[in-house]
Amino acid sequence: MKTLAELAEIRDKMQSKINIRENSGDSIRVVVGMATCGIAAGARPVLNCLVEEVSKREVKNVMVTQTGCIGICQYEPVVEVYEPGKEKVTYVKMTAEKAVRIVNDHLVNGNVVNEYTIGAVAK
Amino acid sequence: MQEISLNILDLAQNSISAGATLIEISVEENLDEDILTVTIKDNGSGMSPDQLCAVTDPFYTTRTTRKVGLGVPFFKMAAEMSGGSFEIDSKIGLGTYVCGAFGLTNIDRMPIGDVNSTVATLVYCNPELDFVYKRSRGVRSFNFDTREARAVLGDVPLNANEVILWIKEFLSEGEKEVAGG
Repeated sequence: MKTLAELAEIRDKMQSKINIRENSGDSIRVVVGMATCGIAAGARPVLNCLVEEVSKREVKNVMVTQTGCIGICQYEPVVEVYEPGKEKVTYVKMTAEKAVRIVNDHLVNGNVVNEYTIGAVAK
Repeated sequence: MQEISLNILDLAQNSISAGATLIEISVEENLDEDILTVTIKDNGSGMSPDQLCAVTDPFYTTRTTRKVGLGVPFFKMAAEMSGGSFEIDSKIGLGTYVCGAFGLTNIDRMPIGDVNSTVATLVYCNPELDFVYKRSRGVRSFNFDTREARAVLGDVPLNANEVILWIKEFLSEGEKEVAGG
């Protein structure tokens, strides 16, 4: 049975770690399109997968968030990666499996997965 | 949209865009009257009477990237297709209320889907907002209120890994209790 008391334990445990992760300047933002087009195309599992993989790999300085309609509905689900000092990368027609690869190749190792980007998909 | 849970996620996004700070979602099965009621209520900016009339028109939208806004029309269609009804009300400065009633056993009713995943996703992406989720089936029900969690957590954000894990498990247990039998 999950209880609020367990939340209190989580709070105590986390406060003793003094994590100051608040939007440090070099934070990478991963944005998932979550408008009607994105949701209908399957953005929810993509977002869940990104969150889980980032958490599993304990990738630091990455914030996964959502946005509304990006304007390229036919390419949804869309994931944009913003890294300070670098060009924005737009991944299109995303799936949960592709999300795993993006976390590992791009976020952890710094290699953009070109074949999933809009440049490669849109001829 | 293949699941009602995705419609809920979509409509909640509207509430968030409207600047809501409290979004109340309910999914209630009334077995006696064979009705499934799904409501989303927010305290966002609300709509004018003109906007309220136009919102169910698929060719009306406030976004600038496209000329169609399908979220509300889709939800309305889903409800009506299953022999149910749709209601939306809004007041500027107060907020909006959307209610879809579906024929519970109607063969054309789309599956409820994974509402827990929708709620968890909403909380994860918007840890500063409050959500209240009520799920019921007949006399059994359970509630999840982020305000209660926040009161216990203090400074710890709602989207901290362990907190989200707790939330997912809490929702999952609740769903089993309600939908089991």
